[in-house]
Amino acid sequence: MKKIVEIKNITKSFGSEVVLDNINLDIYDNEFITLLGPSGCGKTTLLRIIGGFETPDSGDVVFMGENINGLPPHKRNVNTVFQRYALFPHLNVFENVAFSLREKKVPKDEIKKRVTEMLTLVALKGFEKRAVTSLSGGQQQRVAIARALINQPKVLLLDEPLSALDLKLRKDMQVELKNIQKATGITFVFVTHDQEEALSMSDTVVVMTEGHIQQIGTPVDIYNEPQNAFVADFIGESNILDGMMLEDYKVRFSGHTFQCLDKGFDAHEAVDVVVRPEDVDIVPEEKGHLRGVVTSVTFLGVHYEIIVDIGGFKWMIQTTDFHDVDEHIGLFIEPDAIHVMKKSKFSGMFGDYSSYSDEMEKIGEVDLEELEELETESESANE
Amino acid sequence: MNKKTRSLIQYMTLTPYSIWAVVFIVVPLIFVAYYAFTDQNFRFTFDNINRFFTATSQIDDGETVKEVHTYLVIFMRSLKLAVISTVICLLMGYPLAYIMARATERTQSILMTLIMIPMWMNFLIRTYAWMTILQDTGILNSILSALHLGRVHIIGTETAVVIGMVYDYFPYMVLPIYSVMAKLDVRLIEAASDLGCPSVSVLRRVIWPLSLPGVLSGVTMVLIPSISTFYISQKLGNGKFYLIGDAIEGQYTANNLHFAAAIAFILMVILLFCMQLIQKLTNRKIIVP
Amino acid sequence: MKRASKIYTALIMVFLFAPMVILLVFSFNEAKSLSVFSGFSLKWYRELFRDEETLKAVVNTLVLAVLAALISTVMGTAAAVGMNKLRNKVLRTAMDSVTNIPMINPDIITGISLMLMFVFVGRLFGAATSLNFATMLLAHITFCLPYVILQVLPKLQQMDKALPEAAMDLGCTPLRAFFKAELPEIMPGVITGMIMAFTLSLDDFVISYFTSGNGFQTLPIRIYNMTKKTVTPKMYALATIIFFVILTLLLISNLYDEETVQKRREARANKKNAKEART
Repeated sequence: MKKIVEIKNITKSFGSEVVLDNINLDIYDNEFITLLGPSGCGKTTLLRIIGGFETPDSGDVVFMGENINGLPPHKRNVNTVFQRYALFPHLNVFENVAFSLREKKVPKDEIKKRVTEMLTLVALKGFEKRAVTSLSGGQQQRVAIARALINQPKVLLLDEPLSALDLKLRKDMQVELKNIQKATGITFVFVTHDQEEALSMSDTVVVMTEGHIQQIGTPVDIYNEPQNAFVADFIGESNILDGMMLEDYKVRFSGHTFQCLDKGFDAHEAVDVVVRPEDVDIVPEEKGHLRGVVTSVTFLGVHYEIIVDIGGFKWMIQTTDFHDVDEHIGLFIEPDAIHVMKKSKFSGMFGDYSSYSDEMEKIGEVDLEELEELETESESANE
Repeated sequence: MNKKTRSLIQYMTLTPYSIWAVVFIVVPLIFVAYYAFTDQNFRFTFDNINRFFTATSQIDDGETVKEVHTYLVIFMRSLKLAVISTVICLLMGYPLAYIMARATERTQSILMTLIMIPMWMNFLIRTYAWMTILQDTGILNSILSALHLGRVHIIGTETAVVIGMVYDYFPYMVLPIYSVMAKLDVRLIEAASDLGCPSVSVLRRVIWPLSLPGVLSGVTMVLIPSISTFYISQKLGNGKFYLIGDAIEGQYTANNLHFAAAIAFILMVILLFCMQLIQKLTNRKIIVP
Repeated sequence: MKRASKIYTALIMVFLFAPMVILLVFSFNEAKSLSVFSGFSLKWYRELFRDEETLKAVVNTLVLAVLAALISTVMGTAAAVGMNKLRNKVLRTAMDSVTNIPMINPDIITGISLMLMFVFVGRLFGAATSLNFATMLLAHITFCLPYVILQVLPKLQQMDKALPEAAMDLGCTPLRAFFKAELPEIMPGVITGMIMAFTLSLDDFVISYFTSGNGFQTLPIRIYNMTKKTVTPKMYALATIIFFVILTLLLISNLYDEETVQKRREARANKKNAKEART
């Protein structure tokens, strides 16, 4: 596969805050790549650097073998679908889509032909004369995509394009975006904080936090083989336990030694162990590797989500069978349900569900504090 | 809220203002028309209106004596000077509004305050200051002669009147344009740039059309006071440049109320027509901030 | 800002402030000259403070502006509340258009139209001069009203419609609901409207010129009369004082703004520290 964009040692800070810290990333031709991370992780900044809206403090952006560091956005063969679309309110749908062709002085009938083609692609034929402000969120979204694609860019940058849509529409648009990407063969760089969105659409997922890339891989890799506790927690639900690697294929945690599929660790190396909630089997107490007491049960339709206290550590387990609170159960964990990770700076920060059942109490606390804050604010405003 | 209380509240809140608006806004305008179409004894007549269009006087430009339609010439002169001033204000003010809108928040508020300070000074004082500067024995000339650049005679010319109008009404052009531009979504500019526009194109194709509502209200707010002013022309035009405002004021001072009303009536009708035209042409409502 | 922008902005500021600076400098001139500064002196200020007519005009202006601002704020706020609730489209459009008239019409036409009416009505009652303090106050209220309404209406539109309903649900009479729930919400608009009305009234010359009688002078009319004939540096002294009063007021309001923001920020920071110390 051909590299189309190479990010080399990019660092960027706003004031004293380092937003991107020595980032390296290759983006390949014709792939759907997603930058995934919580807000403030630097993903949007990285996208804006590729688009040319921000200049990195150091490092290079290479586009098809050419350094484009100093190139302004209008000279880059890259187009952007902006968050909340940024459609021109003074132009109708047709003129919004035709915007870049008019700039290039493309002949009129060709403009008409290409805009019509584009609007057909995004299923908006017949909306040419409509004001963009009169369109629904989903329709505006399509106009934004058509407008960005009409120039046939090599790379399309999408900055949380679906975040303003409601759930149902978002799901539809996910499928549609993927189809458009396949049909056009254009590289999509997609920014989102929604892990489900990232997993369902991407060829490659880049997980970021605090200005660093944590892991690059296919959705399946990222889910099944997270590299550290952050990735394991951010993608899906995980029970993350302190463990020790006894030898290859043998790990000890929660007071029990398990067979596993992992190897290549030092003997007696401290590790993080991930067990996904859906991979745990519930068995009668005496038959389990581990024993515990159910502390809460939530019905979620497809399955129950239960919290089990095992020696003080709260596990989350998904099961289709009902188990009542205070029931004593046994847990059975197959070797392939266990994933062992090296210790990282995120160890111990995630993967314990003990806070889960206390959540209601916490919300109450926060509210009171906020109230106090509001009061002091209005006091100082009155002075 | 039940219907009865709602209508009671509406009655209580709206009635005083409604009466006030009719008595002090609508009725006075009817009086303008009434005076314009009546003579001293309040008998109906077209004389005042006719006089505006037909009265003539002689202009002696040193060589030949020309006979001209007094008030039509005055009106055209007012229009010309007001349009020139408005255009200059726009040319000067638009870049400033643009610069302000792009500056840091702190700079924006400082510049706002700086622009407001002269605006808060009474316009009589502002005009008077320029008289001090532009007089033949004024500061401009003493600076020029100190630099051995000779003297200029500006006071009493159309240039002086235009300078006064531009100075007095400049903030009214900048502020509405600035307030529209400051609200302009930065991402629209980024989007245009992303779609291949160099900065000149971004200005022409995105910023300018989106700032038009501000430009329109700026133009209105400069054009209307400058077309109807009388103090500026008295002080800076040495009273020689009779503008339509001077004509109204002059007739008022001479206690010729009916003719003053006629000129005011005609001015009002023309301005109303112009505003309608501008709105039609630009397909936008003029907002007065 | 880029260099070119900075230079451009600076040039405009020079254009805006040069005349002010010149007035200021020459107000301290010893001689009466407009172009030669012959020595520092406060004599024009002394003369100004001995000028009883000007001092009286200042008082007149303030009285007029306070009354006009108060009356137009009360009536304008009530009108805005009523207009906001108005369901009848035709009536609403009519009221909007009439409210716009004094803002769009040139001052000279507003002035002339009011003057004509006052003169006509005065003549009906056989008065020799019908223009006086009262006519001027009426005129000032009239041109201030639209600005108050225009400041209050958007605040009413932004306000949560459920607020007064909630107040009534909790047992308030409609009137009490207005004062307890609605008015505090729209207060910023009411205050801005009042300040605008006050400054417009202070500053107005054209409409005052046509609606004032001979006996009653406001400061702008006094300035007009002072500048009518001979030039006197007393005017410069007056302009300088006005300039500094405005400057001080603007600075105070700016400082006040920054101070409240700063205070709020500090209060929040303190709160946070205290919270962290607790945990």
